[in-house]
Amino acid sequence: MSSFTDAARLGNTGAVVSSCLDAGRPALVGYLPVGYPCVAQSMEAFRAVVEGSDGRGADIVEIGIPYSDPLMDGLVIQHATVKARARGVHTRDAFTAAETVAATGAAPMVMTYWNLIEAYGPDRFARDLASAGGRGVITPDLPPDDCPEWFEASDAHNLDRVFLIAPSSTDERIALTMGSCRGWVYATSVMGVTGARSATSDAAPVIVGRARAIDPTVPVGIGLGVSNGAQAAEIGGYADLVIVGSALLKCLDSDGADMPGDLRRLRALSGELAAGVASARP
Amino acid sequence: MSLPTDTGHFGQFGGRFVPEALQAALAELTEAFDAAWADPSYHAELEKLQRDYSGRPTPITVAGNFSRQCGNATILLKREDLNHTGAHKINNVLGQALLTKRMGKTRVIAETGAGQHGVATATAAALLGLECRVYMGEVDTQRQALNVARMQLLGAEVYAVAAGSRTLKDAMNEAMRDWVTTVEDTHYLIGTVGGPHPFPYLVRELQRVISTEARRQMIAEHGGLPDYVAACVGGGSNAIGMFYDFIEDPSVGLYGFEAEGEGIATGRHAATITAGSPGVLHGARTYVLQDEEGQTIESHSISAGLDYPGVGPEHAWLATTGRAVYEPVTDADAMDAFKQLTRTEGIIPAIESAHAVAGAKRLGLRLAQERPDLHPKILVCLSGRGDKDVATAFDWFGLPGVPDKTVGGLE
Repeated sequence: MSSFTDAARLGNTGAVVSSCLDAGRPALVGYLPVGYPCVAQSMEAFRAVVEGSDGRGADIVEIGIPYSDPLMDGLVIQHATVKARARGVHTRDAFTAAETVAATGAAPMVMTYWNLIEAYGPDRFARDLASAGGRGVITPDLPPDDCPEWFEASDAHNLDRVFLIAPSSTDERIALTMGSCRGWVYATSVMGVTGARSATSDAAPVIVGRARAIDPTVPVGIGLGVSNGAQAAEIGGYADLVIVGSALLKCLDSDGADMPGDLRRLRALSGELAAGVASARP
Repeated sequence: MSLPTDTGHFGQFGGRFVPEALQAALAELTEAFDAAWADPSYHAELEKLQRDYSGRPTPITVAGNFSRQCGNATILLKREDLNHTGAHKINNVLGQALLTKRMGKTRVIAETGAGQHGVATATAAALLGLECRVYMGEVDTQRQALNVARMQLLGAEVYAVAAGSRTLKDAMNEAMRDWVTTVEDTHYLIGTVGGPHPFPYLVRELQRVISTEARRQMIAEHGGLPDYVAACVGGGSNAIGMFYDFIEDPSVGLYGFEAEGEGIATGRHAATITAGSPGVLHGARTYVLQDEEGQTIESHSISAGLDYPGVGPEHAWLATTGRAVYEPVTDADAMDAFKQLTRTEGIIPAIESAHAVAGAKRLGLRLAQERPDLHPKILVCLSGRGDKDVATAFDWFGLPGVPDKTVGGLE
């Protein structure tokens, strides 16, 4: 059962996590960038991540907006986002993706570097995302102690705001960051950039434990390096959300030429991950 | 108020817009630098290296012949090109390499455009026994092949970055990504007054030696303060170093010259303050060349060292407050100045520095029109020497690459 009871802290997506925990499992978060292999096909990919192989996939979808200078992204995401940009993806396509995801019943969130929000206008961005059914935003390069305008905008439009913590974070930073989050907190399991890894990190349970001890009112998600159902089950044993990105994106490896095949692989992996989290807490 | 603030802000600019994994390292670096800066033994060690290794103080040269082309102005050159490794970059690198040792780290990484910062970093790493990797845009590795070889000779690994525009911006992204992964034993030795706090502050303090020396030399040897101080601005480290101790002198005009490339109207330029807008790039809010969605626009300059779509946040602040004036200089004007200074003074400037020389000449000619009674002294930061740019100059001027005449042969 979920131990999270403070509705104000849980916001929209934390409530999704809480209901998953009530069902005896952590939540599964799937990331894909919008616009890859092209805008229209990426919408099919978002649906596939939610639907999985037998109707069981991601509970929350992270819609990445391609950016020219992605400091947190590994090669898999970089390669896809460079192509997406070359093929004409725009910030507003994330709102279309949010509508697509919302129509499936999963909770859409946006993952974006801050400059894109700043350029769009924080209030306008929050308004348009919320209108499209978006439930929150993950900002990997926004310091939670230096963004009053984002607090105002996300509050005004009822969006969750998720910031990151890392193994190198001090207890003070973890407290500050979690205090700034609404929904959940994104803990990076390793020091490094995104990318599937063959083994899970020893640091992952440690950061989850530290976060829980510092602020038990917000769920903790683990991301970076999760690539298969077994890893999802392992991490789901202690984390409240399991976040998968590069491994899903790797399924879209035909660059659009064999999209049905790609989507089959994507559904299969999403289903495997969902089964992984479902078996995480026997 | 002294800037930046404790949180690294220069007014609305600066800050720490980086992944959380780096926040602890930035806090550690800030603390280590503050402790070192307050420690006389750090200053003693740095000053010894600056004097005995780098060759400071660098002189001021009166460019008498070149000045005759500049209205009534006298052009004076602060000769950072005479530093070991050939540019001001060594000032910053020696300070940060000593800091790396103090933090107990064993490896440095750096990004470089023209290669001057990479060569300086590789040099300091060799001297102080640090492992070194330098990231360089693939395009820059081709136009600055000589400096790639110099870094390799010095023992550094050089990684060509094939992403994005394949220039300095992308080298910086890659170095940041490396740092996120290796921060425990690695210091990211940023080469400019950009990036997240404390880099804009830390690099400024280390480059400030230029204006501290220059101000003293002007008063002692050249009859008083200059009327104008000029420097080229890419990221802006030589310019902030050259400006800083003159900021509190209201009689001294500060001019930064940005790379206009083929012209602002062509879109192929690197004039960030002139034609950019406030945004966030590489960890700081500053002026950025970006489209309406906030995607960084690729910059262009004949000078790899100025080919960067951002600028140090303190320059953004100085521009906003009006304390410094920033103007663009085209590739063509910079190359004309490059040739003129070489021919009139026997000094081959880095193409970066040639932008400052061209800007100073234009300023001198403009002042001669506007204020013919003035005989201004314009002090220019000659930030680096042009050896590395010979191949670029060769192409630009269409030199045939063969001797003018063969003599002494037998019939």
